[in-house]
Amino acid sequence: MTLELRDVSLSYRGTGTAALDVLADINLKIATGTFVSIIGPSGCGKSSICNLIAGVEKSDQGDILLDTRSILGLPGQVGYMPQKDLLLPWRTLLDNVALGGDIRREDKRKSREAARSWLERFGLGEFTKHYPHQLSGGMRQRGALLRTFLFGQTTLILDEPFGALDALTRREMQAWLLDVWSQSNPTVLFITHDIEEAMLLSDEVVVLSQRPARILERITVPFARPRDPDILLSSQALVVKKRLLDLLSEIGGTRAH
Amino acid sequence: MPLRSGRSKLKWRESIPTLVFLVLCLVVWQVSVDYFKLPLWLVPSPSAVLTAFWRTRDLLWAHTLTTILETTTGFMLAIALGLVAGMVMVLSPLAKRMFYPLLIVSQTVPLIAVAPLLILWLGYGLLPKIVTVVLVCFFPITVSLIEGLEVSDTDLLNLLTSMGATRWQILYMIRWPNALPSLFAGLKIAATYSVMGAVIGEWLGASSGLGVYLTLSSHSFRTDQVFAAIIAITLLSLVYFALITGIRRLALPWLHTEQD
Ligand SMILES: Nc1ncnc2c1ncn2[C@@H]1O[C@H](COP(=O)(O)OP(=O)(O)OP(=O)(O)O)[C@@H](O)[C@H]1O
Ligand SMILES: [Mg+2]
Repeated sequence: MTLELRDVSLSYRGTGTAALDVLADINLKIATGTFVSIIGPSGCGKSSICNLIAGVEKSDQGDILLDTRSILGLPGQVGYMPQKDLLLPWRTLLDNVALGGDIRREDKRKSREAARSWLERFGLGEFTKHYPHQLSGGMRQRGALLRTFLFGQTTLILDEPFGALDALTRREMQAWLLDVWSQSNPTVLFITHDIEEAMLLSDEVVVLSQRPARILERITVPFARPRDPDILLSSQALVVKKRLLDLLSEIGGTRAH
Repeated sequence: MPLRSGRSKLKWRESIPTLVFLVLCLVVWQVSVDYFKLPLWLVPSPSAVLTAFWRTRDLLWAHTLTTILETTTGFMLAIALGLVAGMVMVLSPLAKRMFYPLLIVSQTVPLIAVAPLLILWLGYGLLPKIVTVVLVCFFPITVSLIEGLEVSDTDLLNLLTSMGATRWQILYMIRWPNALPSLFAGLKIAATYSVMGAVIGEWLGASSGLGVYLTLSSHSFRTDQVFAAIIAITLLSLVYFALITGIRRLALPWLHTEQD
């Protein structure tokens, strides 16, 4: 489905303090089946954008559309994976992945069956009965991603899903995510602070400014799919990377990789 | 989470020093009573206590049954009331602001002052004892439940909200399981208090129960039987404690699985 942000602004009003402007007139259209990454300085409002789309937060200005329907302030419309992996400690991996079905009051057996087949397809079949604390960081992250996929189906908001992982696991997870994504081709909004990650995964990279965040530039990533991590070594990639690095150093204060 | 299953063995071994110390104390106690020829009514030796325990076992058991009845009924009632009160206070901030301070203040009223009133109002039957048990158990259960239901992890709540969960779904999918460890901690405390509550109630007037056995024995200077009653009370408390611990294991499987 097409996801569109129209003139979205957001400011937090703390009690007694001045309002904190976080987002300023964000306009962004993500076409059906495209993978778009957002890069921006720390604290600029990336998670706030996600919270708005997920319906956890409400904005005072602008509108958010899914296809042509407004979903502003409406939870349950997209698959949302928050910055932390957030598996429920008291649910097994299988029950965690099936959480969305339970919330939608779907048939328990059916939702478990669906969850199991996804887990098996993506290499977690042996761990269905494990509790989160028994899983590695990478496995937890995959579980949380599958839960998001199963819930969102067509539209996914992923907030720095691999931020907490070590470089090696992260590379593995990127390949894994590409694999999962290619199977059903959902619309994805992906937050990251890793330039190479953004280039490897997305069709387009959106660069945000310091808070209050505006869209500084949208850069199309020209590689064909399916992608191999080696494309990052191509001269074409270096041009894109140079542009992104320049932008980020202009903004300053970002952890560029 | 730490390793669990390998730990029970370890725990057992860890308790060896305690056991050794306990046995040592008993031996010293026995030897000194024999050596100084202390009279039975003043300090009975451990063997005399055991003899009294065994000699009066039928009587002791009959009294224990009464206490078990009062304790179990009171404990169950306290759980039911605690659950209702806890849920209400979590769902309605107004109710919490109204009752929570009173609940805390109520704990400063000594039970020993309230129990005679209960006897006065409710007579000498089982009821005042059950009420005493409810009074001592209600507080730890309710407070631990309320604390557990207050989920501090707002991200977890946001996640459920983003998935379109209702307040009720958040309550039983997040708040309730999150509250269980704290609730069981409260139940353990309540379980140990409950026997004490029943015994205090019985002390002040009853026809049967460990408290009655205790008063009768001490009035007739059967100190060995007083100690036998103490053993019975301790054993009973331990049984309740073990029961709660066992149920906890079943109810919180995610805290009792091994790390791979
Ligand atoms: N509920 C809130 N109330 C007030 N201020 C908030 C709230 N949530 C976030 N902020 C502030 O808004 C700004 C943007 O926060 P946000 O979490 O969206 O940034 P971010 O780009 O995701 O940061 P990071 O890179 O650390 O993930 C920050 O300065 C933050 O302190
Ligand atoms: Mg963030």
